[in-house]
Amino acid sequence: MSSLIDLVNVSKSFDGTLVLDDLNLSVKENTFVTLLGPSGCGKTTTLRIIGGFERADKGKVIFDGQDISSLPPNKRQLNTVFQKYALFTHMNIAENIAFGLKIKNKPKAYIQDKIQYALKLVNLDGYGNRSVDSLSGGQQQRIAIARAIVNEPRVLLLDEPLGALDLKLRQDMQYELIRLKNELGITFIYVTHDQEEALTMSDTIVVMNQGYIQQMGTPEQIYNEPENAFVADFIGESNILHGTMVRDELVEIFGARFACVDKGFGTNMPVDVVIRPEDIDLVSPDEGTLKGVCTHLIFKGVHYEMEVTTPDGFEWLVHSTDMCPVGKEVGIRVDPFDIQIMNKPASEDEEAVGLNE
Amino acid sequence: MSKKLLSGPYLIWMVGFTVIPLILIVYYGLTDKNGVFTLANIISIASAEHSKALWLSLGLSFVSTLVCLLLAYPLAMILRKRNIGKGSFVVFIFILPMWMNFLLRTLAWQTLLERNGVINGLLSALHLPSQSLINTPGAIVLGMVYNFLPFMVLPIYNVLCKIDDNTINAAKDLGANFWQTLFLIWLPLSVPGIISGITMVFVPALTTFVISNLLGGSKILLIGNVIEQEFTKGSNWHLGSGLSLVLMVFILASMALIAKYDKNGEGTAF
Amino acid sequence: MKTTKDRLKRIVENFYLVLIMIFLYAPIATLMVLSFSNSKSRTQWGGFTLRWYGEMFESSTIMAALQNTLIIAFASALIATVIGTAAAIAINSMKPLPKTVIMGITNIPMLNADIVTGISLMLAFIAFGISLGFETILIAHITFNIPYVILSVMPKLKQTNKSVYEAAMDLGAPPVQAFFKVVFPDILPGVLSGFLLAFTMSLDDFIITHFTKGAGINTLSTLIYSEVRRGIKPSMYALSTIIFVTVLILLIITNFAPHWKLPGICLTGLKNHRRQEYL
Repeated sequence: MSSLIDLVNVSKSFDGTLVLDDLNLSVKENTFVTLLGPSGCGKTTTLRIIGGFERADKGKVIFDGQDISSLPPNKRQLNTVFQKYALFTHMNIAENIAFGLKIKNKPKAYIQDKIQYALKLVNLDGYGNRSVDSLSGGQQQRIAIARAIVNEPRVLLLDEPLGALDLKLRQDMQYELIRLKNELGITFIYVTHDQEEALTMSDTIVVMNQGYIQQMGTPEQIYNEPENAFVADFIGESNILHGTMVRDELVEIFGARFACVDKGFGTNMPVDVVIRPEDIDLVSPDEGTLKGVCTHLIFKGVHYEMEVTTPDGFEWLVHSTDMCPVGKEVGIRVDPFDIQIMNKPASEDEEAVGLNE
Repeated sequence: MSKKLLSGPYLIWMVGFTVIPLILIVYYGLTDKNGVFTLANIISIASAEHSKALWLSLGLSFVSTLVCLLLAYPLAMILRKRNIGKGSFVVFIFILPMWMNFLLRTLAWQTLLERNGVINGLLSALHLPSQSLINTPGAIVLGMVYNFLPFMVLPIYNVLCKIDDNTINAAKDLGANFWQTLFLIWLPLSVPGIISGITMVFVPALTTFVISNLLGGSKILLIGNVIEQEFTKGSNWHLGSGLSLVLMVFILASMALIAKYDKNGEGTAF
Repeated sequence: MKTTKDRLKRIVENFYLVLIMIFLYAPIATLMVLSFSNSKSRTQWGGFTLRWYGEMFESSTIMAALQNTLIIAFASALIATVIGTAAAIAINSMKPLPKTVIMGITNIPMLNADIVTGISLMLAFIAFGISLGFETILIAHITFNIPYVILSVMPKLKQTNKSVYEAAMDLGAPPVQAFFKVVFPDILPGVLSGFLLAFTMSLDDFIITHFTKGAGINTLSTLIYSEVRRGIKPSMYALSTIIFVTVLILLIITNFAPHWKLPGICLTGLKNHRRQEYL
């Protein structure tokens, strides 16, 4: 599969602040790609550059082999679903959906068919004559999607489309979007700061921070093998610890040696170690690699959330279906493949990118 | 409820100094000097002199309103684009002239327009023939446009500022070019501001007597001048009131327009 | 990566803005220049002089008109602010129907032509047997100022959170105290802006004053109008220049000094709602 969209060395700054720094990104046809990161990381700017609403200061946007960097949005073969929907409030639902087709002078019958088709697709059959104001947030969102897809774009850009919806609706819409993507067979580029949304829907996640791509990969790769402390911290909850790589497949944390599966970090090198809270097994003190005392216990529904404090003062976050009462001494054990080793950031600049909670 | 009592002074004031005065105009307008009911004062609008003044007023204020709209819309669009993140500075620039007494500002145009005034001076420096500018209907239109332009710019500007950038982006995204976006999105969404601006320019332009006095010389009589003279030159208050009632028809029509198109008060000047 | 088309567009836009600026400010610049010209002619430059600035202070008619203008502006704005703010609070707590009726009446002086407002007030004063003079100007100005205050205060009242007032009472404050302690600070910006708006409207008014003033009293506007036929004394230009420059300096200070931001916005926001009511 060749790539459909390529961003090549794209840089962008606003009022002297660098928002994107020499960004390279390649998106394949018929995939669901999510740009994920905290606010201000450059994800929306990236999307707006692809959509044509911002122009990159440097670099190129390649679409299907052609340089579209200076093409205005109305000449690009892609459509956008905007944050807060941006529906035309002076038109009814059908007129909103028909807008793009009327601009292209499509025949009336064709437009009518398309409106019906799109309304069915987003489960709002019969809403054509309603006004925009009469719809709920979730319904407006569906109309915004319908308005975009009737134009048969090859790529649909979605800018935090579910941000304004409540939790239950957001989860429903996630499945809806996956279904739509599969039915339409087009490329989705989706921007969000919600890691759960990203993990649920994406084929590929691009984690961004401070204008850089931190990691790009499948949801499994991003979650299980974060490449740096930022990604580990941003995706899910995790224990990020300072460790020393004694040799291949052995790491020392707080004086205790843990077996792991990572290689190639050298000997006696300082590293960052990521351990997910659900990967920690609490065992009897003698069986653990490290000893600690349970200092916190909260019931979260699916599991208990506990904090185990080890003698060096570090509080380990532990998720488990087994309860450990506060004050009890326990042992900490982690399976080798659940330990993720990462290089320490090389510079202070990268440090800033990393561990800021 | 004690809170409602707070509106007491205001209600008394408004009845005494807004409602009763308007009733008095109606009374004067519909009676003659002996207090007998008559429609003569109103019908006199059809007389040659009065109807000429009314038609001239309607014509000049229509042209002024149109010129204001054509100048203000692109201006408001540019201001909207430039103002993002810059606070009230641009509005400040447009409001500031109002702090110079408006009679003097309008008089200053005499200086600029006169036969040997500044503009003709510039024309002759460029070896162009001098123009007679002052005391023409054109000068009156210029004075109206000059005085009322901010009242067209500000409501339109305010309505434009309320339009979400993404609504415009969405139209472009769906393939609309500049003109399609203007006619299908910008204009329909700014109707409250346009209507508000039109009435804010049209009503004072229609009823002015000062601008025509200062820039039109004594030859050009607008309906405002006719009414003003009936009162200040002391001749016939009943006739003046009758003619005012005719003007009020246009004012009421404007109010109705605003009520219809600007229900939520979106098109306010600020 | 700005294209030439973008650059060209920006140049055209700037050119347009500059043209409009010249259109708006040329008459003002003209008046300022004339205030320093040693000639009574409005078209001839007679050399630089400060003579008109001296004469202005010596002219008792100008000083009396200035005094009238300022007193009427201040008094009418103050009274209108008190009546208007009280009314806004009452209107805000009314049911929809009376609210609509009262707001409709409130809009009359704003949408009505000034000539009609002026004439109707004059007829009313005569019918009530009030002789035209200082008081009638003051009453007229209060009348057209109140709606500006109401329309400035109303949006602020709508924004205030009802629970804040209830919380104050819950914590033991009696209603009046609760209002002044917690609600009033919230609507103060609207009250201030209403006052300044009213002050400006009053200062600027000519037409309504023209019809409601008696013989022997003048505000600056009516004095200027009465001088038009005889020729305006250049000391009027001097006075206007001083007023304009004073306001300009005040606006610059209030707009660019962060602590004074509030009245700054009020001053520039002088047209809170409908149009400026001077023609």
